[in-house]
Amino acid sequence: MHIVDRRLNPGGKSFANRQRFLRRAKDMVQRAVRESTKDRGIGDLDQAGEVTIPVDDIREPTLRRAGSGGKRDIVLPGNRQYVEGDQIERPPSGEGKGNGREGGGGDSEDAFRFVLTREEFLNIFLDDLELPDLAKRRMAVTETHGIRRAGYTTSGSPANLALGRTLQISMSRRIAMKRPKSSELEALEAELKALEAEGGAPEAIQALKDEIETQNRRRARIPYLDPLDLRYRRYEPFPKPIAQAVMFCLMDVSGSMSEHMKDLAKRFYMLLHVFLARRYKHVDVVFIRHTDKAKEVDEETFFRGTETGGTMVSSAFVEMKRIVEERYDPTIWNIYAAQASDGDNMSSDAERTMRLLRDDILPVCQYFAYLQVGDPGGHMGFMQHQGDTTLWRTYMTLQRAGTKFEMRRVQRREDIYPVFRQLFQKRDAAEGASP
Amino acid sequence: MTVQLQTGRLLFEGNDWDFATIQRIHDAVAEIAEKDLKLDTFPNQIEIITAEQMLDAYASTGMPLFYKHWSFGKHFAQHEAVYRKGLMGLAYEIVINSNPCISYIMEENTATMQTLVIAHAAFGHNHFFKNNYLFNQWTDPDGILDYLTFAKGYVSSCEERYGQPAVERVLDAAHALMPQGVHRYPRKKPLNLKSEEKRERERAELQERMYDDLWRTVPNAKDGGKARQLRDDKRRALLELPQENLLYFLEKTAPRLAPWQREILRIVRNISQYFYPQMQTKVMNEGCATYTHYRIMNILHQRGQISDGSYLEFLTSHTNVVRQPVFEDPYYNGINPYALGFDMMSDIERIATDPTDEDRAWFPDLAGRGDPMEQLKEIWRNYRDESFIAQFLSPNLIRKWRLFHIEDNPDEPNLSVNAIHDDRGYRNLRRLLARQHDTAWLSPDIQVVDVDLEGTRRLVVHHKVLRNMLLQPEDTARVLQHLADLWSYDVVLREVDFTTDAVLKEHHAKARPGIFA
Repeated sequence: MHIVDRRLNPGGKSFANRQRFLRRAKDMVQRAVRESTKDRGIGDLDQAGEVTIPVDDIREPTLRRAGSGGKRDIVLPGNRQYVEGDQIERPPSGEGKGNGREGGGGDSEDAFRFVLTREEFLNIFLDDLELPDLAKRRMAVTETHGIRRAGYTTSGSPANLALGRTLQISMSRRIAMKRPKSSELEALEAELKALEAEGGAPEAIQALKDEIETQNRRRARIPYLDPLDLRYRRYEPFPKPIAQAVMFCLMDVSGSMSEHMKDLAKRFYMLLHVFLARRYKHVDVVFIRHTDKAKEVDEETFFRGTETGGTMVSSAFVEMKRIVEERYDPTIWNIYAAQASDGDNMSSDAERTMRLLRDDILPVCQYFAYLQVGDPGGHMGFMQHQGDTTLWRTYMTLQRAGTKFEMRRVQRREDIYPVFRQLFQKRDAAEGASP
Repeated sequence: MTVQLQTGRLLFEGNDWDFATIQRIHDAVAEIAEKDLKLDTFPNQIEIITAEQMLDAYASTGMPLFYKHWSFGKHFAQHEAVYRKGLMGLAYEIVINSNPCISYIMEENTATMQTLVIAHAAFGHNHFFKNNYLFNQWTDPDGILDYLTFAKGYVSSCEERYGQPAVERVLDAAHALMPQGVHRYPRKKPLNLKSEEKRERERAELQERMYDDLWRTVPNAKDGGKARQLRDDKRRALLELPQENLLYFLEKTAPRLAPWQREILRIVRNISQYFYPQMQTKVMNEGCATYTHYRIMNILHQRGQISDGSYLEFLTSHTNVVRQPVFEDPYYNGINPYALGFDMMSDIERIATDPTDEDRAWFPDLAGRGDPMEQLKEIWRNYRDESFIAQFLSPNLIRKWRLFHIEDNPDEPNLSVNAIHDDRGYRNLRRLLARQHDTAWLSPDIQVVDVDLEGTRRLVVHHKVLRNMLLQPEDTARVLQHLADLWSYDVVLREVDFTTDAVLKEHHAKARPGIFA
């Protein structure tokens, strides 16, 4: 008899099968994931979760008899009351007829529930989204090189001399060529001295002298350090991708922004953060809120705190520009910005906002998304309904100018994700879709 | 249980176990199995696995290695979801009909459970696998693991060469036809030259003996239809029609499949065939294993090798395993094969050792013969569920289970109770319960009957309909589509009444071009 402990075998044996299954059911899982995100709170957006999909495409059909029809015999255990010849009223459905194998089995399974891991959930959730201009950035980034060690070379600048390696090689050469060690030589000298002191035989002294002579010649011929031994540290440049991103959240917190609007904005920022975190090793988030003055705050204050005042969007841009200059060098940071606002802005500020955005903000950003939030099905004024707010009008000109800048309107919670998708869907798909 | 014979030392104390404990347990159980019960088993290999690995095994029909397919991923996800919610416990063990016989046991089992599981799987099932005629006839325990290794490697090499989607399509189609991928009856062995010559000689001799010139003068019947009839017969004979094994038929005769696609059909068919005996012997197999573990655990307890506490723990899980809810119970889910099997085995033991007059009348060959183990081993060797129940379900057990028969006839307004546990009902109930365990009765009888070779190459498949029980239409359409794709020409499935040959329903499917290009 053998006992085999299989517990240590690598787990995830069915991983390949699971991947095949998810691929097979991809469309349906995607739909289910999107549905389920509607009900999820902001906090657990990127958690593992259960999804339910219809069994349509993952059905495994076999030739089997229908659940009903035809004359059937069923033998059941546990008779208490019936005697031969009794008539029993037919139960309403196939169910309850008893025999699970023949009674109503099979037809009822129209939904399939299972659990997706966090990784799978996000993968599917963000599957066909692409960071804007990511490809371009990647190529641009290749130009910034890092330098890393890459073994040794026989030539190089003295500053790069690899001392340890050089001595190692010199030592092996010395051993191979039998270069006498200084300790051996000293021993011989000492022996000679002792011999001379006690007045030994002259032949012996002469022999010893000859020996020392030979050894000294050997030492002179075989150098301690030969140019052949020299080794230099080799360096090679390598492309260093920028694996860090910073996300600027700009939000108008003036009195006209309702809680609902802030919630919409928050959801959008959440999505953006999850999205960026998938692509970059390190994502910083900077929250800038503004009324007529802008200020960098922490997350809590950003969403909770209220402030009164007028609205000057340009102030936020000034603040953002300052922070970028101070902390986020555009050559090593990927900069994303998302602005949420109800669209109010002082008309006197339009010109300045425009200039700042065009000349200072957009050039350093990978992407700038403007999200105009409104109340749900709100009885908004005519102007707002058209989206024709001050800010919207200001930005309209920009949108035509470049692709880095996108703007959308959102009013209801469930619109957030579609809008997000529109903004970030893969470029080629977007181009194909738009006329 | 009679006197407690304190002959042994406890095999283990408490719930914990290590490999030495498992070894001790196995040796003690093996000794009882060999000396007291005289079981005949394959050598054992016991593998300890985790819950996740158990779920893995569930997903791939219990086999330790299997080719990759999305449906296994689906089953895994399904089981996992149910398991995580705590709606389902996992089996304590899975056993594989191979030589050596591999039993998987779960790491979280207690020492008592491991004893139970080893007795159940490594000796009960093992004995059944080695001795039952169906397994001897159909499965090759020495080769199955090698074959699965081959299958896995072959499928993955096909995936590399032809791409996952192409392989997946073949597997999907093959899986849909898997239940129709078995030979239900042993086929004749291929002839060898010697016996062929002998047959030829005998035939010639017979012809010489029978020769009479008079026959030449008998006027022939009209020859018109005959030639055609002959041609049809010849074609069917060449194609080995009618053919119940659809996968075999496609593998051998589908006109457009590539060799690797045929090989995959063959793999699926072989695996299906391997499981066919298990489907037919569920009650017997579980009954044999449950009866064996019950005997072994009792003997261990009598000899003082397991403690009273362990014994009670064993009884608890044993009782759960052999529980049969009555038909009104919300947990009722058909006849529990463990319960029926165990009760029948125990009943046979009773009939052999302590029969009543009724038993003597019903089982003259068995009643009072003594040595129940020998009788049971004989039965385990030579029966399958259907014949076993038809032969050995006793009136005593029918009364104990209070079985009754309901007829569901759609032409009648009500269900009617046709038999209960009384003198008039016994034989009927026994026959019907046996039929309820007859795979040939339960699965629809589907055969390829003809191919229109001279015209459209349409494949004609018949379903012999029993008692108006037609096929489930949506699934049938899907399977038929797979069949048509594999055959690469049109397919018609006719549902033909078993007795009258009247066509009740027809399903058609057109091959989608390029699916198996």
